[in-house]
Amino acid sequence: MTQSPILEVEGLCKALGGKPILSGVSFSVRKGEMKVLIGPSGGGKSTLLQCLNFLHVPDAGVVRLAGQAVDPRQRKPLYAYRQKVGMIFQDYNLFDHLNALDNVSLALRKVKKLSRAEAEGRARAELARVGLADKEKLYPAELSGGQKQRVSIARALAMDPQVMLLDEPTAALDPELIGEVLTVIRELARSGMTMIMATHQMGFVRSMADEILFMQEGRVIEQGTPEMLLDIESGSRTLDFCSHLAEFESGGAE
Amino acid sequence: MHQAIEVLLQAIPYLIGGAGLTIVAVVGGMGLGLIIGLPMAVAQVYGPAPLRAAAGLYVWFFRGVPILVLLFLFYFGLFQLFQWNIGALTAATVVLGMTSGAYQSQIFRGAILSLARGQFRAASALGLSDRQAIRCIVLPQALRLSLPGWSNEYSILLKDSALAFVLGATEIMARTQFVATRTYQHLALSLAACGIYFILTWVGVRALRALERRVAVPGFGNQEAR
Ligand SMILES: Nc1ncnc2c1ncn2[C@@H]1O[C@H](COP(=O)(O)OP(=O)(O)OP(=O)(O)O)[C@@H](O)[C@H]1O
Ligand SMILES: [Mg+2]
Repeated sequence: MTQSPILEVEGLCKALGGKPILSGVSFSVRKGEMKVLIGPSGGGKSTLLQCLNFLHVPDAGVVRLAGQAVDPRQRKPLYAYRQKVGMIFQDYNLFDHLNALDNVSLALRKVKKLSRAEAEGRARAELARVGLADKEKLYPAELSGGQKQRVSIARALAMDPQVMLLDEPTAALDPELIGEVLTVIRELARSGMTMIMATHQMGFVRSMADEILFMQEGRVIEQGTPEMLLDIESGSRTLDFCSHLAEFESGGAE
Repeated sequence: MHQAIEVLLQAIPYLIGGAGLTIVAVVGGMGLGLIIGLPMAVAQVYGPAPLRAAAGLYVWFFRGVPILVLLFLFYFGLFQLFQWNIGALTAATVVLGMTSGAYQSQIFRGAILSLARGQFRAASALGLSDRQAIRCIVLPQALRLSLPGWSNEYSILLKDSALAFVLGATEIMARTQFVATRTYQHLALSLAACGIYFILTWVGVRALRALERRVAVPGFGNQEAR
């Protein structure tokens, strides 16, 4: 893996409500890599992910995609950048008035300017990829949590993103639905998608993460492979945190 | 009694002609109110501070003054001052529309604010501009949620429109008065006016209800509409 990074983050800072939430976060991601964000609640994982596609505009710092710095003040390039960086939210955020097919095809028509027929063709292919080919006519209220999250993944994939940001995609799901979503994400990783994902599904992290970033109080305080950070001997903060997680999360789908 | 029926039989076609003018004023007023109210609601939620303040001032003014006073203020005051020579019916329609715009903006604003915030962020994350997100995500949902409030606004505006007679517009109320003062059949004619207003309310509310059902989305918004 000697290629140059696809996404570089340098010195990202963000304050919200007068309180520093991110204090100089830097890292870089290579193509096809899976980075996992772990850390205590309020550590800044969601804020970091939202800064990465400028849903929050960082106060300082640079984000570069394929070597190109993003200037959030320039609308057109910002919208173009956001197409290349897909985002998955904890609570899905499907469009409530549109069925699954329209949820996936809307941005293809409005942003990528495809015709309705082209957009729907592509949307059907993405729905099939997440195993929902037969659900295209259903509205969000008619889908289970796991199905909603898979529609939201299909919606992001339809834009042909180069990087995907996932903010605790299984945290709002009943335990028996977590597996179906993680399976889709695992497939995605195998197909070579670059991903940055906040999650506390430790089984998934151990088997899939190329690198763990442990975040606390707005900083990355530990960084390394699961083998390094989760080794019983490592004495890492990450291991300490995760063993506390395991105490009340014994069981679950992973 | 006999006489009352005779007067009514003669007067009813005339009163129904007045209903035509009432409908023009109400439909025009609702339409103008929509054109004013919708952008104002969007401005109040998403606009910059000066625009929000201007919209707030507008709403405060039109909600704070009785319609009767507004009708006089505009028809005999401001429209004269600016030499805008329009008929009584048009003037009443414009004033009803401006007033309704203030109320409608609050219906739409409430609906927009009740939507899940995350959908706007999801739209932005897909590369939609703010404008596109408002047009494709926010408004289709907010308008659906606004329909019950809109139907309520229709029935209020219909009744407010009776005040147009003070400007001399020959709508239902003016014609009722006109016949009553000449025939002394106040009770019968007032009841006939009641009947006409009642039918107009019923038809309008039913039509909006049908629209609500037509655009309903499973599991979204007002469930009993289904
Ligand atoms: N709009 C806001 N205004 C003020 N403070 C905010 C705002 N949004 C988030 N915060 C604060 O920022 C801090 C970091 O929040 P963030 O959601 O990024 O943490 P997180 O690591 O994702 O936590 P969790 O594991 O609970 O999702 C929290 O203390 C939160 O209270
Ligand atoms: Mg979070």
